[in-house]
Amino acid sequence: MNPSENADDSRPGVSRRSVLGGGAAVAVAVPLLVTGAGAEAAPVAEVASADLVPIKVEVNGKPVSVRVDPRTTLLDTLREELELTGTKKGCDRGQCGACTVHVDGRRVLSCLTLAATVDEREVTTIEGLARGDRLHPMQQAFIERDGLQCGFCTPGQIMSAVGMVHEGHANSDDEIRERMSGNICRCSCYPFIVDAIRDAQKVMR
Amino acid sequence: MRPFDYTAAQSVSQALAGGGAGTAYLAGGTTLVDLMKLEVMTPRQVVDINRLPLRGVSADRDGLHVGALERMSDVAGHPLVTGGYPVLAQALLRSASPQLRNMASIGGNLLQRVRCGYFRDTSTGCNKRRPGSGCPAVDGENRGHAILGTSDSCVATHPSDLAVALVALDARVRLVGRGGTRDVRLADFYLLPGDTPEREHDLRPGELVTRVTVPALAWATRSAYLKIRDRQSYEFALASAAVALDLRGGVVRDVRVAVGGVGTRPWRLPAVEEALRGRAARPEVFEAAAALAVEAARPLTHNGFKTTLLRRTIVRALTNLVG
Repeated sequence: MNPSENADDSRPGVSRRSVLGGGAAVAVAVPLLVTGAGAEAAPVAEVASADLVPIKVEVNGKPVSVRVDPRTTLLDTLREELELTGTKKGCDRGQCGACTVHVDGRRVLSCLTLAATVDEREVTTIEGLARGDRLHPMQQAFIERDGLQCGFCTPGQIMSAVGMVHEGHANSDDEIRERMSGNICRCSCYPFIVDAIRDAQKVMR
Repeated sequence: MRPFDYTAAQSVSQALAGGGAGTAYLAGGTTLVDLMKLEVMTPRQVVDINRLPLRGVSADRDGLHVGALERMSDVAGHPLVTGGYPVLAQALLRSASPQLRNMASIGGNLLQRVRCGYFRDTSTGCNKRRPGSGCPAVDGENRGHAILGTSDSCVATHPSDLAVALVALDARVRLVGRGGTRDVRLADFYLLPGDTPEREHDLRPGELVTRVTVPALAWATRSAYLKIRDRQSYEFALASAAVALDLRGGVVRDVRVAVGGVGTRPWRLPAVEEALRGRAARPEVFEAAAALAVEAARPLTHNGFKTTLLRRTIVRALTNLVG
């Protein structure tokens, strides 16, 4: 199990995490190629020759400088390097939406984004949505409408929903469903997710 | 993922200097990063082209110009596109998911690789991925595969919706290489698999797609993209039709029909168009014309339903346009 996952599990106060921790650990049990670890983990001999790429990124308003293996995704950099584990690794193939973050204000999939390509860009993750203790209206609406069960897809759902509202295409339930189709919910909480987004977009306007 | 050297090009000439065999250009990454993870694509060098000035949507007497690095979502929402070429906007909006459309470039969309499960699985043979290793899809799981343009070597369906709409509109792509610049009709750009399915298009090593041009077509305001799939959203086509109609007094003066989800490349249907020109825009005319679409179809074990589905898709797309 990855050390940062263990640390995450020990955080107090959120009962779902103890259940979720196991699932998250399984999800990251596939070989991870992150800065430093990449050289030992990868099966191919010439790995060591790959040069690390220095990047400067603003993550949730804070400037960050890291050196990344060119193969490292933004998702793995966020989770393993910057310890921002709110962004989830679901399929890791661009099919489920759990890893959705904003880059320069646009919702994108961090699992298909190489970290090297976000040099000098702004990244917002689920950890960057709240203002201090005040939740973002979308977060609040997901709680009030119970728009989650296991919660694994929820950070991606919320980041995607906020992006959609900013795009100006959350004007009907049909439009919400169509424009949220990139976020899969294994618990099938879709009706409550639509309810939450409908509520939140009124507040966000 | 196999190791590679990464560079970010600052200009087209810098990108071209780094291009060639063994090098992959990286734009949105939605195909490339996915296939590098699967080790289906194993470039030794990756050149990030996102900083190149290949942006912009504009129109002039020659038609509509779209920079190759424009993102799908931006083009789908551009007033010149939604107003003048609804078929393009609809094809884009029915592709992928919002996040992928925010990432994927127009050039990358046109160069995306097939979704055949055998192509994506390095533990199986695939003539496209490893020439000469066979095509398990011919006798295997082939429900989503092509019925038009197939060969014994490859039956994979071309996955792009946008390309179908662009082929219907007779679009051209501009290709820039160290040897110069050339414009190629998109319909000619894509190659049939034949015995060489590893060659998918007429892009030479190191060349870049820099822009797409759609010739001006006033009556493309009456155009649409109909996509039929297993799910209503976020799914590739089982059958699709890009149609444009020049209708005068209930008569088809001119028409464009191209289809997707059924061909090894985006499939223009000149015989169907010819059967419609000068005829009354009526259901029996549409049905007779659509039947010509599948005359050369070669169904496989699991995709025989596509011949009927394709005819009906064309008929419905045309009928919707008459409205």
